[in-house]
Amino acid sequence: MADGDEPMAVDVGSSGDWDGRWSHVQKFLERSGPFTHPDFEASDETLQFLLETCKILVIGAGGLGCELLKNLALSGFRHIHVVDMDTIDVSNLNRQFLFRSKDVGRPKAEVAADFVNSRVPGCHVVPHFKKIQDFDESFYRQFHIIVCGLDSIIARRWMNGMLLSLLVYEDGVLDPSSIIPLIDGGTEGFKGNARVILPGMTACIDCTLELYPPQINFPMCTIASMPRLPEHCIEYVRILQWPKEKPFGDGVALDGDNPEHIQWVFQNSLERAAEFSITGVTYRLTQGVVKRIIPAVASTNAVIAAACATEVFKIATSAYIPLNNYLVFNDVDGLYTYTFEAERKENCSACSQVPQKLQFPPSAKLQEVLEYLTENSSLQMKSPAITATLEGKNKTLYLQTVASIEERTRPNLCKTLKELGLADGQELAVADVTTPQTVLFKLNFTS
Amino acid sequence: MADQKTNKEQRYDRQLRLWGDHGQEALENAHTCLLNATATGTEILKNLILPGIGAFTIVDGHRVTGEDVGNKVLWVFMVLYRPNRAQAATEFLQELNSDVSGNFVEESPDKLLDNDPEFFHRFSLVIGVQLPESTCLRLGSVLWSAGVPFLVCRTYGLVGYMRLVVKEHTVVESHPDNALEDLRLDQPFTELKNHISTYDLDSMEKKDHSHTPWIVVVAKYLENWCNEHDLQVPKNYKEKEAFRQLIREGIRKNESGAPEEEENFDEAIKNVNTALNPTKISSAVDDIFNSEQCENITSQTAAFWLMARGVRDFVQNEGNGSLPVRGTIPDMIADSDKFISLQNVYREKALQDAAVVAKHIQSHLQAVGKPPESISEQDVKLFCKNAAFLRVVRCRSLAEEYSVDSFHKDTITSCMDSPDSEMVLYLMLRAVDRFYQQHSRYPGVYNYQVEEDISTLKLCVNSLLQEYSLNVNVKDDYVHEFCRYGAAEPHTVASFLGGAAAQEAIKLITHQFVPFNNTFIYNAMAQTSTTFQL
Repeated sequence: MADGDEPMAVDVGSSGDWDGRWSHVQKFLERSGPFTHPDFEASDETLQFLLETCKILVIGAGGLGCELLKNLALSGFRHIHVVDMDTIDVSNLNRQFLFRSKDVGRPKAEVAADFVNSRVPGCHVVPHFKKIQDFDESFYRQFHIIVCGLDSIIARRWMNGMLLSLLVYEDGVLDPSSIIPLIDGGTEGFKGNARVILPGMTACIDCTLELYPPQINFPMCTIASMPRLPEHCIEYVRILQWPKEKPFGDGVALDGDNPEHIQWVFQNSLERAAEFSITGVTYRLTQGVVKRIIPAVASTNAVIAAACATEVFKIATSAYIPLNNYLVFNDVDGLYTYTFEAERKENCSACSQVPQKLQFPPSAKLQEVLEYLTENSSLQMKSPAITATLEGKNKTLYLQTVASIEERTRPNLCKTLKELGLADGQELAVADVTTPQTVLFKLNFTS
Repeated sequence: MADQKTNKEQRYDRQLRLWGDHGQEALENAHTCLLNATATGTEILKNLILPGIGAFTIVDGHRVTGEDVGNKVLWVFMVLYRPNRAQAATEFLQELNSDVSGNFVEESPDKLLDNDPEFFHRFSLVIGVQLPESTCLRLGSVLWSAGVPFLVCRTYGLVGYMRLVVKEHTVVESHPDNALEDLRLDQPFTELKNHISTYDLDSMEKKDHSHTPWIVVVAKYLENWCNEHDLQVPKNYKEKEAFRQLIREGIRKNESGAPEEEENFDEAIKNVNTALNPTKISSAVDDIFNSEQCENITSQTAAFWLMARGVRDFVQNEGNGSLPVRGTIPDMIADSDKFISLQNVYREKALQDAAVVAKHIQSHLQAVGKPPESISEQDVKLFCKNAAFLRVVRCRSLAEEYSVDSFHKDTITSCMDSPDSEMVLYLMLRAVDRFYQQHSRYPGVYNYQVEEDISTLKLCVNSLLQEYSLNVNVKDDYVHEFCRYGAAEPHTVASFLGGAAAQEAIKLITHQFVPFNNTFIYNAMAQTSTTFQL
């Protein structure tokens, strides 16, 4: 750091602020203009609100998160919390610029917070080395705006569901003060998107679930007996050979971050490929397939995080009308953006008040219901747990996530709905990782 | 040494999957110059340093002010003790990646242009940020003559602007998002025909029948169709539907006469539409073949044009009007043997064609007295594989854009038919530049200036429109808004542009993916953008 005897180029006042520090921001807060939000009033109080009161939650301290923290800190936001359950990896360093080589292995949220707190006087970032599911409504309720830089659709949907659960309705009318705006950003290679969600008012994550096509996995028969691509060979080793040979011991799962594990998979994939005269298996491809790696660069993250932060600023200050409500970006060929209003889904399973329906004949097996919940493109549940009230008692029909309960309830999958004692019009409660609240379905028997 | 390499490979893994080791090498051999380490400038550099650009040099004659420190990337304490912006920025940015070498020159761009314009010749790319119009035009002219790509960027309030100035930029690997396959089903080459003839669908066992690649299925049915239709491939919807029906009927039936499940046949039916697309060369590639550089090969001719000429020669001779075969096929339901042998037919043909192209290239090299090693076999193969996607970007010079005689009046006028199109933001940027020229400051920087500057700026707008005889209407709201901006550089807009510009720079350096041509405007108020050719 600098020598204490050297004179400062800029005079830092006692408040930690200096002349001109916020001039870039002030012009938008203290001057009226023709394009401002109808609610906007030029005043010097808005800057004070930003600096002293406004509380923002950043979810994710990775590619988007690092950029978001910087953007918010340099735009006048001083009370920021950041949640991230991950630790720093070498491969993060090409874009997650708040981290250095020496930080590898440390929690992202903590290192990011340290960096910003030590470099931006007056800014106070509070880190949380946790999963978003570790917090409940009392935590989330304290924020004015939440901005996400997540890499998982499940996590997005959970967050979406959490904010929907905070909404308060009085006599069927939504209380606007219970709305916490959610700004969501996502990137993949040279593509990205940014969206503004006002829970209860605009389209939510689940309203546009079809925009996220489900991940394609190779069919088992291809992997098992007729591979054609190097990827098929790698999946064979990962899915079939590893569990059979347990190369690193009983119960030792394949760890994509362990170079020895990847090396083993790589070698065996080469052998498998040679059997079928397939070329193209490389170490890099092996790692990519095993870890489901998505390519990433600094530039796309910078663009999307910047767009998100601009929206946070607009909403916090009413300086301009916010994005309504979805921005798509792609710079593979020139630079392409497309802005549109994603529409609310009338019967959205997350945000509409419409009860969800399940239509099945009484002779249908529970397995069919399970498949519907996971495969239907508007629901895309991951491992739903189904319960029903039977004879006045809450009965778990099927639950996957706890081994003992899964074993106990598995026979139910082969039973028909009638055999399980379910009646027409019965309510089924479904819980899943994609939502913090159970979803209620009404069972309608078809003939 | 080996550890270092693996460490770099680990560090850059996520981006190597986009531009490969050779793209990374090009990046690490590049040296870029940044003029003005403002928020926008430092953001651009940050996004070049993180992926490992070889070197950067900052040219900036400004001293640090409180404003600078407000919106710049977290280098507060360092900056507080360094009075000049160039040095302060360099020291911070250096921290981001120790593989990158950083330099600074404490000098204004104008002085450098006065005293040492050749200073700029050494760079792979020059990025000019927040430059006044006169400096920009001067620099543009120097770089145009020297053949150095120039990227102009500015953040002005909630508006982002980029202008690419490069005479000619060639791209072999454009990595198109939705590329059509090169299957040659409408004109199967001999080896493909021979391979297809080894199949007899009717006499195959059920298992083989349902694991025959759809390409073979379509080819077989196409043979029959062509024999009955005067050698004509199905062309319109009616014919294609009839063709699909034929294939549908070819699905094996079980004892009760119901069709079995044959996914490969389903794939064949689904792919009929695109599979029957006539093999032809796009106009973009045709233009490349018809370019002057492709026609007149000299000892100065760049590798791209030499290879293009080789491919053109192939097209006009051995290729019978078609490009060298690409050599790849999509994955499809099939057993391993059938798929691999079909894939090999395409691969081997591609290699053969590439070898012929290489011969043509060699004869040109010889004719102009250049050694055969000038262009490697690997380069030729890569070129042939991407022959259908070659792109050349040619930008007009700034002089052409600004000259009353050659500016794009039609483009500007037709865009302004929608008075809120991003074109109005472009005109406003030109107007504030005019204001700066006349008053040595930008409008509305201080609160007390705003109201008066609105009318002055409006005069600038009018004189601009008059000078260019532009009969368009610039709404007063925009004049007001641009005074309101007071030439502010809000961080989030600077950061957006920082990402956008850095990626364009990487495209220019790696010659992969296609740069924009030539003016990009970002409107942060509406979150929209447009690209114009001016």
